Amino acid sequence: MLDDELYREIILEHYHHPRYKGALPDANLTAEGMNPLCGDELTLYLKTDGDRIVEARFEGRGCSISQASASMLTEAIRGLTLQEAKVLQERVKAMLTGAPHEPFDEEDDLSALEGVKNYPVRIKCALLAWTTLEEILSK
Amino acid sequence: MMTSLQTQLEYDVEAIRADFPILQRCVNGHPLVYLDNAATSQKPRQVIDALVRYYEFTNANVHRGLHTLAEEATEAYESARAKVARFIGAEPESVVFTRNTTEAINLVAYAWGLANLKSGDRVVLTEMEHHSNIVPWQLIARLTGVQLHYVPFTPEGELDMEALDDALKLEPKLVTIVHVSNVLGTMNPVEEITRKAHAVGAKVLIDGAQAVPHKPVDVGQIGCDFYAFSGHKMLAPTGIGALYARRELLEEMPPFLGGGSMIRRVTHQFSTWADIPTKFEAGTPNIADGIAFGAAVDYLQQVGMEAIQQHEQQLTAEALRLLEDEEDIVIYGPRDARRRCGLVSFNFKHVHPHDVAQILDARGIAIRAGHHCCQLIMRRLDLTATARASFYLYNTVEEIRTFVQALDDVRKVFGKYAG
Repeated sequence: MLDDELYREIILEHYHHPRYKGALPDANLTAEGMNPLCGDELTLYLKTDGDRIVEARFEGRGCSISQASASMLTEAIRGLTLQEAKVLQERVKAMLTGAPHEPFDEEDDLSALEGVKNYPVRIKCALLAWTTLEEILSK
Repeated sequence: MMTSLQTQLEYDVEAIRADFPILQRCVNGHPLVYLDNAATSQKPRQVIDALVRYYEFTNANVHRGLHTLAEEATEAYESARAKVARFIGAEPESVVFTRNTTEAINLVAYAWGLANLKSGDRVVLTEMEHHSNIVPWQLIARLTGVQLHYVPFTPEGELDMEALDDALKLEPKLVTIVHVSNVLGTMNPVEEITRKAHAVGAKVLIDGAQAVPHKPVDVGQIGCDFYAFSGHKMLAPTGIGALYARRELLEEMPPFLGGGSMIRRVTHQFSTWADIPTKFEAGTPNIADGIAFGAAVDYLQQVGMEAIQQHEQQLTAEALRLLEDEEDIVIYGPRDARRRCGLVSFNFKHVHPHDVAQILDARGIAIRAGHHCCQLIMRRLDLTATARASFYLYNTVEEIRTFVQALDDVRKVFGKYAG
């Protein structure tokens, strides 16, 4: 079926069991993202200790791709420094937009998002969490 | 009275389909099943031919020039206006060509609204409105201080008529309302609403974008002051639409855009205006698409608007019947197909509509997913988006069944979570 590349098992798994979903009352960094074309909404919460992200959570409503991508993001950036998170964010964005980037290991959940680049209308779904993170990191 | 069997025999959907070249297309290896007609309709050969014939044989600017081509182009453009006007029971002078419904509503908002609305006045809208009948009034509210008052809809997806009556007690200057909702499919009782609004001295604007393509509409019978609709949702090209307005209103209203064509005499400081409707058509108009709009109306009239409405009601009833059987699906809007125009919005309980649309696309089935430019409806239903299948004269009962069967693919991909 044509959608196998898009609806990878790991994406559906993150969608059905989002890792860190819910508000984070003591977050010190938050940003809201919205996709006005489709109505997807996302709020990203980070708690940092010095330069290091110690907690990351998200709230939102949207399609499987946008929600799975947000779930993967919260899992991937925990424990990273803000600079490391920035590097990761740029690497995922490059992967989704078809730009040169250091590929993700197959074991890494984020590699499942690579198939999205072949579905132009869904790229913005996968990017939503990462552009919201970009907004936090550029503050 | 015709029996439904006779009607079916007389309504030759295969002959209609043969007129639409795009319906021969395959998408992702499957025959195209086009169920996104509320977004835009496909075009019959007759409309495409009218466009080509104009550019290959007649092309010239209208309302100026004394040569043969200019005369023929003017005649074709004005005769298209007369056809479009007759189609909705209006005189040609009362029909202004616009780009689309949105531009028609903006024309009323700026030309009539700025001249007639002042701070403290009220405009009554509904929560069923498309953004095209909300945002122009918000812009006018910012300029004039007018207050916008919204009438909600019931859980069944019908306009709350008691709330409307209450809103009319506020003595609004304008009631502006959608004829057929592009999300709920609801047909609003526009005649009754117009009568009640006029009784309190309000003008009435109707957004007919989803009505004129699908059912007989007579603006005289409705009695409204303004009626806006788009060509591209009724077989015509994109970029052409129309505003009907009562003659006296068009004559009183100041122009919307200024420029060539719309003037009578221009001096250094002042100008005077051309007669209606030209007063509202500044600059070279969309001649080719206007002429093709006439061809689209010819086509619809040949099939017959009552027959089209009846055909779409059969399709809608079949879609509602099949979807109602699915326990994992929620349907929005009235359950009775006779209270709707040809579309059905729905959601899987646990699958986002974008994912539904994506999976159906793999089967060559085109539906729409999103907020459909109706964020007030979404907020009232506590949703961010719905899936929507919308029908037209060339869709078949078979296509409806193909579409509902394909929803099983959604269940396959999303497994047990789909319910």
